[in-house]
Amino acid sequence: MPRPMRGGKKAKDAKGTLKRLLKDLLRGRKLRLSLVFICILISAGAGAAGSIFLRTLIDTYITPMLETGSHDFTGLFHAICIMAGIYIAGILSSFTYNRLMIVIAQGMLRDTRDRMFSHMQDLPIKYFDTHTHGDIMSKYTNDTDTLRQLISQSIPQLINTTATIIVVFVSMCYMSIYLTLVVIVFLTIKFTFVGKLGGKSGRYFVKQQESLGKVNGFAEEMINGQKVVKVFNHEDKARDDFDRLNEELCENATKAHSYANVLMPIMANLGHLLYVTCAIIGGALAINGVGGLTLGSIVSFLQLTRNFNMPINQASQQVNSIVMALAGAERIYELMDEEPEKDSGHVTLVNARLDNSGNICEADQPTGMWAWKSQNSDGSVTYTQVRGDVRFNNVDFAYEPGHQILHDITLYAKPGQKLAFVGATGAGKTTITNLINRFYDIEDGKITYDGISINEIHKNDLRHSLAIVLQDVNLFTGTVMENIRYGKLDATDEECIEAAKRANAHDFIMRLPQGYDTVLAGDGSGLSQGQCQLISIARAAVADPPVMILDEATSSIDTRTERIVQQGMDALMEGRTVFVIAHRLSTVMNSNAIIVLDHGRIIERGTHEQLIDQKGIYYQLYTGAFELE
Amino acid sequence: MLKRLFGCIREYKKAAILTPVFVAGEVLFDSLIPLVMSRLIDNGIEKGNLKYTVISGLLMLLLAAMGMTCGIFSGRFNAIASAGFGKNLRHDIYHKIQEFSFTNIDKFSTGGLVTRLTTDVTNIQMAFMMLIRIASRTPLTIIITLFMTFSISAKLSLIYVCVMPVLATVLLFIASKAHKIFERVFDTYDDLNNVVQENLLGIRVVKTFVREDHERKKFNKISASIFSDFTKAEKILSFNQPTMQLIVYTCMILISWFGARIIINSGATELTTGELTSMFAYSMQLLMSLMMLSMVYVMITMAQADAERIGAVLMEEPTMQNKPGAITDVRDGSIEFDHVDFSYKGDKNKLCMTDINLNIKSGEVVGIIGGTGSSKSTLVQLIPRLYDVTSGSVKVGGIDVRDYDIEQLRESVAMVLQKNELFTGSIKDNLRWGNENATDDEMVEACKLAQADGFIREMPNGYDTHIEQGGRNVSGGQKQRLCIARALLKKPKILILDDSTSAVDTKTDALIRAGFKSYIPETTKIIIAQRISSVQDADKIIVLDGGRIDGIGTHEELLKTNSIYKEVYTSQIKGGEENA
Repeated sequence: MPRPMRGGKKAKDAKGTLKRLLKDLLRGRKLRLSLVFICILISAGAGAAGSIFLRTLIDTYITPMLETGSHDFTGLFHAICIMAGIYIAGILSSFTYNRLMIVIAQGMLRDTRDRMFSHMQDLPIKYFDTHTHGDIMSKYTNDTDTLRQLISQSIPQLINTTATIIVVFVSMCYMSIYLTLVVIVFLTIKFTFVGKLGGKSGRYFVKQQESLGKVNGFAEEMINGQKVVKVFNHEDKARDDFDRLNEELCENATKAHSYANVLMPIMANLGHLLYVTCAIIGGALAINGVGGLTLGSIVSFLQLTRNFNMPINQASQQVNSIVMALAGAERIYELMDEEPEKDSGHVTLVNARLDNSGNICEADQPTGMWAWKSQNSDGSVTYTQVRGDVRFNNVDFAYEPGHQILHDITLYAKPGQKLAFVGATGAGKTTITNLINRFYDIEDGKITYDGISINEIHKNDLRHSLAIVLQDVNLFTGTVMENIRYGKLDATDEECIEAAKRANAHDFIMRLPQGYDTVLAGDGSGLSQGQCQLISIARAAVADPPVMILDEATSSIDTRTERIVQQGMDALMEGRTVFVIAHRLSTVMNSNAIIVLDHGRIIERGTHEQLIDQKGIYYQLYTGAFELE
Repeated sequence: MLKRLFGCIREYKKAAILTPVFVAGEVLFDSLIPLVMSRLIDNGIEKGNLKYTVISGLLMLLLAAMGMTCGIFSGRFNAIASAGFGKNLRHDIYHKIQEFSFTNIDKFSTGGLVTRLTTDVTNIQMAFMMLIRIASRTPLTIIITLFMTFSISAKLSLIYVCVMPVLATVLLFIASKAHKIFERVFDTYDDLNNVVQENLLGIRVVKTFVREDHERKKFNKISASIFSDFTKAEKILSFNQPTMQLIVYTCMILISWFGARIIINSGATELTTGELTSMFAYSMQLLMSLMMLSMVYVMITMAQADAERIGAVLMEEPTMQNKPGAITDVRDGSIEFDHVDFSYKGDKNKLCMTDINLNIKSGEVVGIIGGTGSSKSTLVQLIPRLYDVTSGSVKVGGIDVRDYDIEQLRESVAMVLQKNELFTGSIKDNLRWGNENATDDEMVEACKLAQADGFIREMPNGYDTHIEQGGRNVSGGQKQRLCIARALLKKPKILILDDSTSAVDTKTDALIRAGFKSYIPETTKIIIAQRISSVQDADKIIVLDGGRIDGIGTHEELLKTNSIYKEVYTSQIKGGEENA
């Protein structure tokens, strides 16, 4: 798999990832986040007010009352009421920011998932062919989940901490510059520790998320292939392989969490060291009368040191979730940074009609007639009727550089023609169809559609004008009707049923427990492979495109049914271009042209009769096919 | 169920126990330090006694060092215990899944099982980590704090005692409400996984029909429902923190009020202002501890839903199990179907196969022909016991398949499935599925028989070529031949090919069958095919129609007697005649 090792590289990206994450978080949430910010400050203020209040309580009320022996509690009562008011404000604001933060955090997760999925839809087929599905799935669940705690807990905590630290730090500077210098030295040491341990931990968190992706990928693949696992008694091997990945995950998780967990006690006790150092240096300074320190001010300073340490220690508890979230975010951004399919096409597909003078012009309703609309450089618009004329001119192609699959392919399909590809497996038949709809882009040569280079056609419109039925059928969870309608989202029930009839799928669908409303599981379980193919043909039929590609579309359908399907399809495709790939020569015999491929080259072409007369490869295949005679 | 889950701690029990032990040490040193601190201030700084300051400072550092050591150990053991616990959970779940029959798997869906293995376990792992560390730390801190407050003023401390039950009730109420929603949330996660998985599998279809926007909408709907459920549940939980604040602040107000009264009324004999300050400080500490506890509480509430989901998998009874004293030796490759009825749902009223009677001798070649949906695949899947019959019996080697040890039975029956699955790994890795100890020569031999050797050699890395998930980088026909080679390596007593040469050209198909004849003559071969040519030289051909046997016989016999067979035959021949 073309995936470079990148254990070390990642930790360095942490800053960039964090920046990007914050930017994504702020987008469209600035107002709410500032409200959260204010609420956190109020809530923290209310907490701090508590300790100040006690001082006032003692100094202004209790001590004088003790001295005067007064038993008038009204003043005290008022003070307590004010305090209660402050506390209530604190509680309300903490309630508010908690709730706001939930919506913000969950909203961010939702946006992340949606954006990731949306971007993924634009990625080229190659991406899907080279990544395990489970690993991609892991990004939507495990990696996105890491952000939850970061946003809903760590960030508020960090805001709180920062605010407290600033207030305390200012008071410290005010009290003693010398001692503050000591504090700064300690802070530097502390942050070095956080950086070192956090970085180490971060590296392992990245590894942990990767291992998690691997476990996810393995499990997904194996559970999907469970039938093969069972048929081959492969349960033990599958277990061993899983255990190996699981062990790796466990190791990385242990290391990641160990570093993060150890950080907390180290931070707390470094705080104690700071305290003692300040006490001794301050004491020495005061006794020797340096720096204008009094003993009283040292006591206050020491109190501040304690207040200073507390929030830092609390913040260090968040290191786990921060580092983990960064690891998760990086894997998410990895997907988001994948290059989407290139689409520089400017020619679009429009509904068309003929105006009075017989010229093609745009129609605003479906007319059954389509046209390519291209904007010329001088601003004028040219319409070309979509007819389904597909030509390959000297096309070369390789999936991987240096390993050429197609060599100098030149062919043409005139509108309404049925063109068949025949050849041994691996000869390049499917590759050709992958090029027509631009799943992959050609290296050299040119493919034109109605005389327009396919690179100039807007990709979606190009694909709209083609329907492909693949050998590996993929249906989606939903009813049979929904699956057929996938070909044309605004098709009526009648249209869908009509298409199903044409595909000869109607009869078996009616025999299903709920007919067209039968819910299919995603893998079409409960249906046979052949039945799935019939539904997928109906799905293509309802799309009703000018060009159709059938890639082994009927391989799992018995020949009797296939004949009927083919009659239906032939009626449907009359006047349209069809590319057919099939092993069954009976499927391709009535094509206008048969192209025999071998190792990515065209070796024979012609009609069935012409090829038989040639007595070449096709003839051999043909006679081989009928060895029973 | 919890017992089953916690049973997964196993070898990490030591670490799981040591964590709270070291945490206790940490808490102890943590609470001693403030005492030394106050003496350092009172007797050292305030009196200007530098020597005392240094000595008590050093004492404090010693305590801090010990506290740190405990902290480091507890952190380390904590990580070991929780990661280990997670590992064992995943291990147990995955191993359990391997025991599942397809009925079991269908119940949970692939996406659901994958979520359980990762997301659910991760949540539990995190909650467990919090549980053994924070949850042992906070109660301890709370007890020490309460002890301190009681020793200062028992009267004032009664306030705490009155308030605690209120707190507990509120918290429990909140949790039970949130729990219900969390249960739903994680089921939505399964849907999310399923939608993404389907999208990934069918991406070619999505792109072909330009349905990206449609898929986006589908996905957005699910992610929106996760959003709304999660928000709802967390909103309920968000009452936690303010509730705690409310209660602790109330306590503080009450302490201020009553405290002040006590001081003044007793003339500062019963309580001093200094002690009131300490009471206040302890209340703050209490608040902090409770906040931590509420955080853990949230995680545990969430983990509870995860735990239930995992528990459901671990407690699920595999519907297919070995009988005690199961037979391990499969005598030969003879197969017998005796009045077999079958329904995937086990429902007698919805049979998809009715009254199948068959007798296949060991070593025979049997072809199966039938229209789309005539239950050909279903029939053969009963032989290696992928599913159990609804009624009747299937016998292999004269013995009911349900009496065999499942593993031994499947060892003797090789099946090439219609939907061929290859797995991520090299070609060799994939071939070794058939026989783990296969030598290179054996692999090449099997591939030659399956007519795969040729194209494998043409690949850039030959037998070491990497196969992507699902075999996406080889063509359909190549995939089928690799799967056949894989099955051949098992050297089975029964070989079943479920339409596994459909993408292979007829010539190659014939070569493969010829190879079978000479290489594995003893093996019973069952060939499901669409092409008459694939089955016409079989000893016996079975014609299936709508889940029933329509005819059995040789090619010649069936041509004479069976109308379906004849029709299929002519449909395939006719084209040839027209052009001949």
